Amino acid sequence: MASGIKDKVVILGMGCSKFGERWDMSPADLMSEAFEEGLADAGIEKGQIQMAWFGAGIDASNVGSSAMPLSIALRLPNIPVTKVENMCATGTEAFRGAVYAVASGACDIALALGVEKLKDVGYGGLPQRTRGVENDMYWPNLSAPGAFAQLASGYRAKYGIEKADLKRAMAHISVKSHANGAKNPKAHLQREITEEQAINAPYIAEPIGLYDCCGVSDGAACAIVCTPEIARALGKADLVSVKALQLAASNGEEAGFSKWDGSYLQTTRVAAQNAYNEAGISKPREEIDMTEVHDCFSITELVTMEDLQLSDDGQAVWDVLNGDFDADGRIPCQIDGGLKCFGHPIGASGMRMIYENYLQFHGRAGERQLKNPRLALNHNLGGFPHQNICSISIIGRYE
Amino acid sequence: MSGITAYGAYIPRTRLLKSAIADANDWFDASLRGLAKGERSVCNWDEDTITMAVEAGQDCLSALGTADVNSLYLASTTLPFLDRQNSVVASQALNLGSSLRTMDVAASQRAATSALISMLEAGASARGNALLLASEHRRSKCGSRAEMLWGDGAAAIAVGNEDVIAEYLGSETYVTDFVDHYRGEDSTIDYEWEERWIRDEGYMKSVPLAVSRLLEKTGVKASEIAHFVLASDQARTPAAVAKAIGIAADAVADNHIGGIGVTGVAHPVLLLTSVLEKAKAGDLILLTGFGQGTDAVLLRATDAIAGKRPKTGFGGALARRREDTNYNKFLSFNNLVDREVGKRGELDKQSYLAAMYRRKDLLTGFIGGKCRSCGTVQIPKEKYCVNPECGALDSQDDHPMAKAKGRVMTWTADRLTFDWNPPAYFGLVEFEGGGRLMMDFTEVEPGGMDTGVEVSLHFRIRQFDNQRGFRKYFWKATPVQQ
Repeated sequence: MASGIKDKVVILGMGCSKFGERWDMSPADLMSEAFEEGLADAGIEKGQIQMAWFGAGIDASNVGSSAMPLSIALRLPNIPVTKVENMCATGTEAFRGAVYAVASGACDIALALGVEKLKDVGYGGLPQRTRGVENDMYWPNLSAPGAFAQLASGYRAKYGIEKADLKRAMAHISVKSHANGAKNPKAHLQREITEEQAINAPYIAEPIGLYDCCGVSDGAACAIVCTPEIARALGKADLVSVKALQLAASNGEEAGFSKWDGSYLQTTRVAAQNAYNEAGISKPREEIDMTEVHDCFSITELVTMEDLQLSDDGQAVWDVLNGDFDADGRIPCQIDGGLKCFGHPIGASGMRMIYENYLQFHGRAGERQLKNPRLALNHNLGGFPHQNICSISIIGRYE
Repeated sequence: MSGITAYGAYIPRTRLLKSAIADANDWFDASLRGLAKGERSVCNWDEDTITMAVEAGQDCLSALGTADVNSLYLASTTLPFLDRQNSVVASQALNLGSSLRTMDVAASQRAATSALISMLEAGASARGNALLLASEHRRSKCGSRAEMLWGDGAAAIAVGNEDVIAEYLGSETYVTDFVDHYRGEDSTIDYEWEERWIRDEGYMKSVPLAVSRLLEKTGVKASEIAHFVLASDQARTPAAVAKAIGIAADAVADNHIGGIGVTGVAHPVLLLTSVLEKAKAGDLILLTGFGQGTDAVLLRATDAIAGKRPKTGFGGALARRREDTNYNKFLSFNNLVDREVGKRGELDKQSYLAAMYRRKDLLTGFIGGKCRSCGTVQIPKEKYCVNPECGALDSQDDHPMAKAKGRVMTWTADRLTFDWNPPAYFGLVEFEGGGRLMMDFTEVEPGGMDTGVEVSLHFRIRQFDNQRGFRKYFWKATPVQQ
């Protein structure tokens, strides 16, 4: 019987680049910016890293294939490096690889690094790209907002929510994240917005407007992990450990079989329950102190609250409007500004979320510091609501 | 008795007001204003000769029932492929099986009537039905007379020996190399000669010659003709020809120049469907096709004609219209301007012929699978059953779904993704009887889409691979009520 990952691995150090339109930076520049911070934070030498996992989501318009972009960028000393890609769950996937390697005893210290350079493609939004020979033949040519906007139609139809109420809740989510992001010097967008701005913005994909979308930016983030014993031996106190790492991938049932109604994410529900089990969490609403969820679009964040069992089904719209997930609410969500303000450099996002958890547990979150958080949940969603991959990581104080 | 057994029609929904064309162009040519009454049909960006032919064919098959189709002829001068049999694509989209005769008939405005004569002549010895699809998506120069007078459309005629609705009495063809217009191999647009010469030396001489021979052969008097079909973009010519022959003025079929425009090769057949729709038992119908000579076909409506109407028919297709005044959109859809499509439109849409062939049942026929073990319907058909309670391997039988009704579960109108006619509507469709698929929607009116909306399925162009001169087809969903 597997015992899970809980408390087997701790984070020795983390780094995160400034996210934004980093016109003057190459992917390698961004990688070194995150890595140098992480290395200094861990207090080790580069040569002490024995294995690395590299996450980058969009090959064709980013760093290219294989693990060499990381190995070469950081001049790693011929250690094993693995490139991973799982769409928007890529960052967390890299983290999972490094953590599992340490937990297995295959190495003492491992690096996970995610990067994406989206602003090199020449336009806003994620790059238009091929989805493979088979899918390209019959899939709609959907954009990410177009895919996720459909959650709103499914959700409204299921719960009979008025269009205006849902739009207002979506706006509240964006206003909240912008307010949080304004307090984060590493966020791409650092201005507050108003509900009116969000509601009246032009449609990108109905009913998603401009302010319902996260930004497109460049960024990198990394984590250096080891066992609690090694961390202590290296002189570390107040350890932050991994409580759960779960991944759930669609099997095509949502899009192909009549059960799913388009109002929720099947994979998030499965991954969340598995993560709670792995972390030993029985009452998530009481035990989880903060969340970073995949707010690629405001409607995604809204339904995710139900998928994570943090709102009752059909109630997230009201809980959001009630401020439950605001910085001073019952479970702050996107306290760092989220994808909404950081943008979504695909390979870096999962790691950026964990970075915020890490800062909060160490009391290093500055103006946005929460009062003594113990447990944080991070959620990433790759693909589309009807066909996707979900990763969940739960990080907490090692106690 | 052999003759026509069924018919069907298709006219694109969009009707561009001719005043919009004149507004844009009469600064250069004031004479266009005189042609600016009414409207013309316009293909959507995702329609072409093949997709319209499939629509007309479906309409015809709606009346033909499950009768065997032994051959399919596709007549057009605007076939999208010069070397790839277009009629095969249409036959597979209509799921007519793999053992029928297919043929493209082209290169003349009487391609359809000549094909029809061949089918009728062969009809007596053939079993089952032969299907003629006539379809045309004509391109014309910006600001031309043709642009004002032509339209896009398709029609279908089935020919057989049983349940005949219009009996075949005979045909004649007069052939002469009269070049009123032509299109060389390197051109996409016709070159035309003087209108008055075409009338006097062409229509007025050629049509009476063929018709008089036919009337003589069949022993029918011109005055007995109840319906006379002569397709022409010259508004007064059909009546003048009828008068010269001795056909009653009220027998001349309306050319619908002001409502559809002249649809080239499809037009004689499209007008024939309009006539069949209103013909009474015993009516004599004279169909002509003009182009380097004249085809003339004589038919007599039978008692069966009233009881065999297609689902949509000419009247239904004409009535299903959406008014448009956007001349620039028309130019863009017809590739007559060099459109800025944005960076998202630059993505290379490679054609993977081997993979497309492997998936042709899905892509062209819209065939899904039905599980033998649990009855679950799924599209695409895959190795394992999608029902999580089942999951059987290799358990799915072919399950054609092109006629299935669907309901929209989730949807959006996407303004970010590249589309020739933004916003791009798409969403998850659930089919009656099972199966669901994330699909593109087409022909959606603003406000016409919502969860629960009923949709029908249509064979359309999905993508152009302009680098390799290929186009890809797939099925799209359209709201039924709008």
